[in-house]
Amino acid sequence: MELRSILATDCGSTTTKAILIEKVDGEFRLKVRGEAPTTVEAPFEDVTKGVLNAVMEVEELAGRKLLDGNTIITPLNGDTGVDIYISTSSAGGGLQMMVAGVVKSMTGESAERAALGAGSIVMDVLASNDGRKPHEKITRIRQLRPDMILLSGGIDGGTTKHVVELAEILAAANPKPRLGQNYKLPIIYAGNNKATDKIQDTLGNIADLDITENIRPVLEQENLKPSRDKIHDLFMEHVMQQAPGYKKLMSWTDAPIMPTPGAVGALIEMVAEKENISVVGVDIGGATTDIFSVFQNQFNRTVSANLGMSYSICNVFAEAGLENVLRWVPFDIDDKELTNRIGNKMIRPTTVPQSLEELVIEQAIAREALRLSFIQHKEFAVNLKGVQKERTISDAFEQSESGESLVDMMELDLLVGSGGVLSHAPRREQSARMLIDSFLPEGITQLAVDSIFMMPQLGVMANIEKEELAEDARTAALEVFEKDCLIRLGTCIAPSGDAKQNSTVLTAQLTMPDGNTESHTIQFGDLVMIEAPYEPIKAKLTPGKGMDIGAGKNEIIESTIYGGVVGIIFDGRGRPLNISTDSEQRISDLSKWSKALNEYPKLKV
Amino acid sequence: MAHAYTPGLKVLHETKIDKERRLPLKGEVVVEKGTSVNPDDIVAKTDLPGNVQMVNVANILNIDAQDINEVMDVNEGDTVTKGQQIAETKGLFGLFKSNVESPVDGTLEVISDTTGQVVLREPPIPVEIDAYMRGTIKDVLPEEGVIIESDGVFIQGIFGIGGESRGNIVVATQNREGEITEEMITSEHTGKILVGGSFISLKAYKKAIQMQVAGVVVGGFNYFDLEDILGYTLGVAITGSEELATSLIITEGYGKIRMGQRTFDLLKEHSGKFASINGATQIRAGVIRPEIVISLAKEELKGDSKDVDASEGIREGSLVRVIRAPHFGRIGKVVELTPELRQMESETMVRIAIIEIDGKNVEIPRSNLEMVETD
Repeated sequence: MELRSILATDCGSTTTKAILIEKVDGEFRLKVRGEAPTTVEAPFEDVTKGVLNAVMEVEELAGRKLLDGNTIITPLNGDTGVDIYISTSSAGGGLQMMVAGVVKSMTGESAERAALGAGSIVMDVLASNDGRKPHEKITRIRQLRPDMILLSGGIDGGTTKHVVELAEILAAANPKPRLGQNYKLPIIYAGNNKATDKIQDTLGNIADLDITENIRPVLEQENLKPSRDKIHDLFMEHVMQQAPGYKKLMSWTDAPIMPTPGAVGALIEMVAEKENISVVGVDIGGATTDIFSVFQNQFNRTVSANLGMSYSICNVFAEAGLENVLRWVPFDIDDKELTNRIGNKMIRPTTVPQSLEELVIEQAIAREALRLSFIQHKEFAVNLKGVQKERTISDAFEQSESGESLVDMMELDLLVGSGGVLSHAPRREQSARMLIDSFLPEGITQLAVDSIFMMPQLGVMANIEKEELAEDARTAALEVFEKDCLIRLGTCIAPSGDAKQNSTVLTAQLTMPDGNTESHTIQFGDLVMIEAPYEPIKAKLTPGKGMDIGAGKNEIIESTIYGGVVGIIFDGRGRPLNISTDSEQRISDLSKWSKALNEYPKLKV
Repeated sequence: MAHAYTPGLKVLHETKIDKERRLPLKGEVVVEKGTSVNPDDIVAKTDLPGNVQMVNVANILNIDAQDINEVMDVNEGDTVTKGQQIAETKGLFGLFKSNVESPVDGTLEVISDTTGQVVLREPPIPVEIDAYMRGTIKDVLPEEGVIIESDGVFIQGIFGIGGESRGNIVVATQNREGEITEEMITSEHTGKILVGGSFISLKAYKKAIQMQVAGVVVGGFNYFDLEDILGYTLGVAITGSEELATSLIITEGYGKIRMGQRTFDLLKEHSGKFASINGATQIRAGVIRPEIVISLAKEELKGDSKDVDASEGIREGSLVRVIRAPHFGRIGKVVELTPELRQMESETMVRIAIIEIDGKNVEIPRSNLEMVETD
């Protein structure tokens, strides 16, 4: 079947978003989008109502019929209906899991990676060596009531004792699922294959046990895919069955419903693979911040469960500290007044900043939420721990260990932001500044934002397994991602290193798309923006003394870079970025940087 | 007709209140449909499974896990008492024996010859659920709980701490602008629900706790003072399980904000009456707001409540509250809901409402408005 028209929805905890993608002149493009409040909770308690409302808006905007009463018309017939309908979901709190492994930093971490990669929220990681006594673990399991548990531990053929011990703890706790009182909790076992029978004996009666391949068959290798697939299967079979209206929704879709973050991750992985680049994607929401990365072809996802811009805004404040938030605010403000204001945003999470001052404060907090989430991500996205490495004499001097972070900011090619505060900032320059200040990219990095957060829908589209649809759907996902989803902000060029004030950190010679050449000299402490479209620009970049632009200290780079709606941003503030602790100096620096990027209208304070 | 969707807090002078009282696990419902109940009456009970202790017998006795059954004195399912010997080695020629004693009273649940450990379960923990408010059992959810129905006053706050509490209402301030101060709180207020106007300071709230006041209902409190009470910085607004002698409900927000006229008048009208309050708040999808319930007897009902259809959202003429700066806390009337997007000072493009505050028309983003739901 040739795909011509695709309808996709993402059922979020507050809003259901629908997009219509159609093939126009041989290429797939986003036609329209619609949204409506999600209807999982009382009084509606049926997710499909919100879906139908969102589709109705799409129908109106597209000016053609997609619904026949309460049914989505498939396949496309003339001007009516669509070829396929697909959906993702994070409504009702998403997929909440607990994972267990024998050694916290080894199988525990692998299990956590598998669960996060599948798009779940990891409520806790149990491990034999996590320092808690058995009865403390049992109490914790009982309190949490997860949707699902992933149990791992041991390499294949290794000792079985520890993983069976964990199973005994689970059995003693006899955990109940979060939703529905009348079904058994799904537990996936992905540990030592020698222990399978014992695990079956221990857990078979109390849980709906599913056994899959070991997540860590040997120390040197992680095997996450079977567990991730199993999590998706059980998410559909069990968890979704309990959520209001999902049975009906599942009968409508042409591919399994994916957890929203799982779909976003799948898309980012695919883009990185296709372009052969390193990517960091971030989605900053009201309650949580998700970060996805692909470095050295390895995918990682983390969820910072309590770092967000509304429901958990006070937690950002608590974790970052007042000083760290205030260092991004270019005016003086009373501390107590500020904390009450932020508290009020937490208890009235749907409000928007009306005054400029409120916007500046919100974007200051966003920088800290992003920075803290990225720290957590860097700590998690690491090489496998516990792996014995053969070392040469030179390695021994370098002291490189297993468990090193994969995240290398100099290697990063593309940084994509999404979520209200980034996607809907009044000026794109503000989004660019927030991304640069919190992630501190080094060398040459392209910046983009997801225009209307359609990465979830594109992710599920790219993962359709039906053979007759898979290729077309994948093409559609990539074409729409490139043309309609991403808004290219531009490129950040940031020499790494420390220099003296007013010394030159970079000289750039650019051959612009129109053939004109330009030369720019960047001083330490400067932020400079030049307007340039998203077209190839030839660049010769000469770092200042002791600075590195990607090829090593003092090494010149010749490359092709791209502008965007913001342009090319030269960040001469050095890495790491130091912001003055002197209030006057700080306000002067912040104002200078804001002005350079035309970030805010004139601030009246 | 244009309308917006932000639901507001309920301030209802006479309404039907349904309250679900549900057990954490299945158990027994001890009342029948139609029964009249008082707040302290038990409506359902259950036994939570006892705590579990795991003892690694094989490690203690220094034997292989697979030999554990040879040393056990008790079998799976047997009752044990604290200090009772549960396992013993044979020793050498009957000498140098080592043993293991049960650390708890309970039942031996599992003996594992893979790990060498035994699982001991302590006796079940009884849990009872009371009625919380005066009313009638409207429905029984078999083995799970009940739904209680009552007629009366129902007021929602914006944020609270501390769980369920109850007592007679005492209005402490003259008007809704007044503050509850430390000096106002005396031993006369023990077990009472204290209502104030705009604010309670940390010192005054601590005094209320010291005086075992059942609850405080007030317009505002400082966010940064919560840390002193809770012992941690409140990062997300999910509360209710704090062990506090005095539950706190704020009706407007953080800072000093006078209590809504209607809320204050209603509480004043019912001064001296018995109220059930709950500070539990959850600001996430599936929002839970703190509440004040005053059950009224039949003869106290006026029968003049009007149905409020909040699902219609904000309309022209609706009474609304501004919930973000500037104009935070002010109440006004919607004059016009313009359909097109308008640019704010922050340059954010939003749908706005024009509202009248103190005779002046101001533009406010619709998402910064909350319906004032009154009957």
